[in-house]
Amino acid sequence: MTLTIIGALPLFGALLIALLGNSQKENIKKLALLTTALTFAATVVAALNFEIDRPGFQFVEKYSWIPPLGVNFQVGVDGISLILILLSTILVPVVILAGWNESEGGRFSVKTFYILMLVLETMMIGVFAATDVFLFYIFFEAMLVPVYFLIGGYGSGARQAAAVKFLLYSLFGGLLMLASIIGLYVISSNQIGRTFDIEALQTLKIDSLTENLLFLGFFIAFAIKAPLWPLHTWLPDAAKSATPGTSILLLGVLDKVGTFGMIRYGVELFPNASKTFTPLIITLAVISIIYGAILAIGQKDIESLIAFTSISHFGFITMGIFAMTTHGNSGATLYMLNHGFSTAALFMTAGWMISRRGSSTIADFGGLQRVTPILAWSFFIAGLSSLALPGLSSFVSEFLVLVGTYTRYPVAAIIGTIGIILAALYILIPVQKALHGPTTPGNENLPDLNKREIIAIAPIIALIIGLGFYPKPALDVINPAAKATITKAGFTDPAPVVKGGDK
Amino acid sequence: MTSSNLVYFVALPLFSSALLMLLGRKADKWGHVFATLVSASTFFIGVFEFLAMRDRAVEMRAVTQKLFTWISVGDFQVDAALLLDQLSISFVLLITGVGTLIHVYSITYMSHDRDRRRFFAYLNFFIASMLLLVLGDSYLNLYVGWEGVGLASYLLIGFWNQKPEYATAAKKAFVMNRVGDFGLSIAIMIAFATFGSVSFAGIEEKVGGASETALTAMGLMLLLAATGKSAQFPLQAWLGDAMAGPTPVSALIHAATMVTAGVYLITRSNFVFDAAPNAQLAVVIIGVITLLFGAIIGTAKDDIKKALAASTMSQIGYMILATGFGPAGYAFAIMHLLTHGFFKAGMFLGAGSVMHGMSDEVNMRRYGGLAKFMPITTITFGLGYLAIIGVPPFAGYYSKDKIIETAFNAGGLQGIIFGGAALLGAIITAFYMTRVMLLTFFGNKRWADDAHPHESPFLMWAPMAVLAVGSVASGYLLYSGKAFVTWLAPVVDKHKHEHVEFLPPIVVSILAVTAVVIGVSIALLKYRGEQASEAPSDVNIFTRAARRDLLQDDANEFMFMRPGQKLTSALLATDEKVIDGTVRGVGATMLGSARGMRKLQSGYVRNYALLILIGALLILGTIWVVTL
Repeated sequence: MTLTIIGALPLFGALLIALLGNSQKENIKKLALLTTALTFAATVVAALNFEIDRPGFQFVEKYSWIPPLGVNFQVGVDGISLILILLSTILVPVVILAGWNESEGGRFSVKTFYILMLVLETMMIGVFAATDVFLFYIFFEAMLVPVYFLIGGYGSGARQAAAVKFLLYSLFGGLLMLASIIGLYVISSNQIGRTFDIEALQTLKIDSLTENLLFLGFFIAFAIKAPLWPLHTWLPDAAKSATPGTSILLLGVLDKVGTFGMIRYGVELFPNASKTFTPLIITLAVISIIYGAILAIGQKDIESLIAFTSISHFGFITMGIFAMTTHGNSGATLYMLNHGFSTAALFMTAGWMISRRGSSTIADFGGLQRVTPILAWSFFIAGLSSLALPGLSSFVSEFLVLVGTYTRYPVAAIIGTIGIILAALYILIPVQKALHGPTTPGNENLPDLNKREIIAIAPIIALIIGLGFYPKPALDVINPAAKATITKAGFTDPAPVVKGGDK
Repeated sequence: MTSSNLVYFVALPLFSSALLMLLGRKADKWGHVFATLVSASTFFIGVFEFLAMRDRAVEMRAVTQKLFTWISVGDFQVDAALLLDQLSISFVLLITGVGTLIHVYSITYMSHDRDRRRFFAYLNFFIASMLLLVLGDSYLNLYVGWEGVGLASYLLIGFWNQKPEYATAAKKAFVMNRVGDFGLSIAIMIAFATFGSVSFAGIEEKVGGASETALTAMGLMLLLAATGKSAQFPLQAWLGDAMAGPTPVSALIHAATMVTAGVYLITRSNFVFDAAPNAQLAVVIIGVITLLFGAIIGTAKDDIKKALAASTMSQIGYMILATGFGPAGYAFAIMHLLTHGFFKAGMFLGAGSVMHGMSDEVNMRRYGGLAKFMPITTITFGLGYLAIIGVPPFAGYYSKDKIIETAFNAGGLQGIIFGGAALLGAIITAFYMTRVMLLTFFGNKRWADDAHPHESPFLMWAPMAVLAVGSVASGYLLYSGKAFVTWLAPVVDKHKHEHVEFLPPIVVSILAVTAVVIGVSIALLKYRGEQASEAPSDVNIFTRAARRDLLQDDANEFMFMRPGQKLTSALLATDEKVIDGTVRGVGATMLGSARGMRKLQSGYVRNYALLILIGALLILGTIWVVTL
């Protein structure tokens, strides 16, 4: 019952909030914070009980749901999904605390905002925990609804256009995925009986043309979600229009459904097709790394800039997954976690800058280091994490991805490494424009972070530094799952060129 | 052998730095003293470890300390572990010794700055990172220190980042260093793919089994890393601008320690380079180019700090040159690095002392005749001057002389070219340093009437005096009885190579001293007597090029910046018009002609899409209800 309880907690909180009056804004916020904090606590307790060395899914639950179709409500986690659920459940309370007032002034009420957010959290937990492909699909699609309203209802600027663009892109991908799921279902009916059980589906024998088509259906959906070049253009618009909190969940968690899906429903389910398409996918990933970085350098809007840096980072993650080495795979999963933290920290601080200044144009800031030192330092550390400074968490994951890719695809890894030079530019240019130089007129009296904001960002920064020096707790959880993935895909790590010696 | 003390080298300064940052203004009163004491304590630990190491048998000298398993995935195993051997202890003593002197100096130098505490926090962060760089037992540990010092350098160059050009200088340094880091990253990947290890010991053990191609590639990538950090051609352009940082920083980071990290990297990787002669040749060529490049720029600079920075670039060129000669050169490279640490840091502090007395004026054309007003600074700077140009028996004479000798010993035409270039560099060095001396301390006074040059207080001149002693004595101490060569041999010359002599040492020494005499004489002829307070403008094209740093920035702008900006704006347009445009076009077509496009903006289509979604959910719900 563990996962069901964790997943149901936010939903329960949403129900309670629904019972409160529209005017009890503070109570609604506190209740939302409390619920999500409890959810995180419950997740941590579950994680502590997770047995690192046990193969396969844990905390497994299975209830028959639509028997004629063979659909089950079936959940369970391995190291990869556990890490992502942990990421989701820590980010939601942080987002609520950080953006305490961002629910106000939207098209809908404050109450609706938190109901949407809590419902979204349930969906996020569900999508990572599902071990039934049909259940996964339901969560995958249903997640769009709260996000659509969060962007379109509470964002700024051309929020409705951005929300529609997001929805259309996602629906398009979802449609392709649905087709693949139906195809998969037909095959399973013929071979092993009707089932959507992910582990059972992995045993199917599929002819290669069919496998390629089915794989593509899934992959395109995921490549839209974790936007891979050239399917990325919805993301900057959405990130720019959404509230910072929504953007954090969008880039930090929802987009990870894409990269998570590439592992679970791509590589593991269709190993042969994955192999066939690897050259293409690695190419797209490398293009994303460089392209996203160059476009980030050219952005004038701080939120679009962060969105483009993420496109570059998703390129790294995708490259790590399809390098088909344990280092690449572990690195990619760790990257998902670390990217969640650094992007959250960047969006939080950017959000605070924007709400204080009333502008998201980078050039409108300037000299903030003198005026708001804590805010400036927080943004700077988040930026350093984004450029993968050694000693901070992202470095470990980025380097694992690169080293894991190099042993199989050296050229891709070398081109990808150019990304670290571009990263220095896309972070230090906004740092210089916003934080350094003389204080821009009008900014002299901007207030520094208050206690609530410090409490919101402190744990994220602590994680960024802590996991940089000591990534072991996360890697211990991820490694067995990553190894299992590579084994299922039929790969072994390339051995070092020079043999001999036991070190 | 293991030791449990090594962690303090990194932990103490790191935590003191974090403490000073987190406490904020509350620590303003005592932060500088605290930071200085912590830095001094690392020096004392260093001395203690050095004495202990000296007393141990040669094969027992290296000690290690494993802290914890840092990254462990499959066969990619990296420990957070430290290694203190004959090479790293030399650096530890230099870093903590000069570092502590500069702390002391900065107490007074920065006393009027509102952010002095933050300055000391950065300094200690630098010390921690630099010590990690030289103590890490693997390339990945080194990398953490490598980027840590890069960050410290960025923060300190931009310490006064309210000035936009200082902020730009900081960014430039970081980005150019990242180009070098690209090389370091690739080198580590090659190491792992080839040897399955990234630790120095793990690689050295298996180096014999690797192909020369792999080792050459790794060596060249390490060289790229070194050129970034050590401001060597072609990644040298950031160092001059880095003089935007407070002068003590220029002395510590951009003269004595951080910029020499490239020399350390190559020396540490001796097992790679010794088996990759082509990479070694590249190292030598880069060294020669840079030593002349820096020296030529040094002749044309009127800003005292930029003249010294050009000189640093050139002197590190000498060190890089020496490392390219393998076991014959490593010890001399490090020897020159140590003596240079003394005399160059001393001269930078001297420059800071002059600026302190001249209201932060840096233009030497506005100095002149300061010897009368600043006798101590003149003497300490002067001793550094005698050391750098290589007057016997001052420190630089021994170390540089040995490098020139090694260059000639390469033999044949190569030896003559490299040795000749090193000699030419010595002439130019003697010239531009004499110029600095004459313009600053001698000749007619050219400062404004409201300047009141005065000697600096005790806390500033005392560190200068200590460094001056080093400028005098360190060369002989390291040289006599082959003390340092023998000391370092277990790390860099395990196989006891026979060193051939191309020219007898005495001949090289005579040549080197002759070079000094020539350089000094030309400078004396040109800069004795009255000097104008403005730089002459009717100069030939070569002087103009040298004043513009031999067009290094123009070249970078032409080759990288402009095309980069063009590419960025082209891609921005492509993304908007082509990629997003295609998607919008496809979307519009699918939704029925261009009217759909207009509807998309007016909001109808949103409802349409919502209907699809609700419809899908309804169908799913129906299936569920029907099959309950």
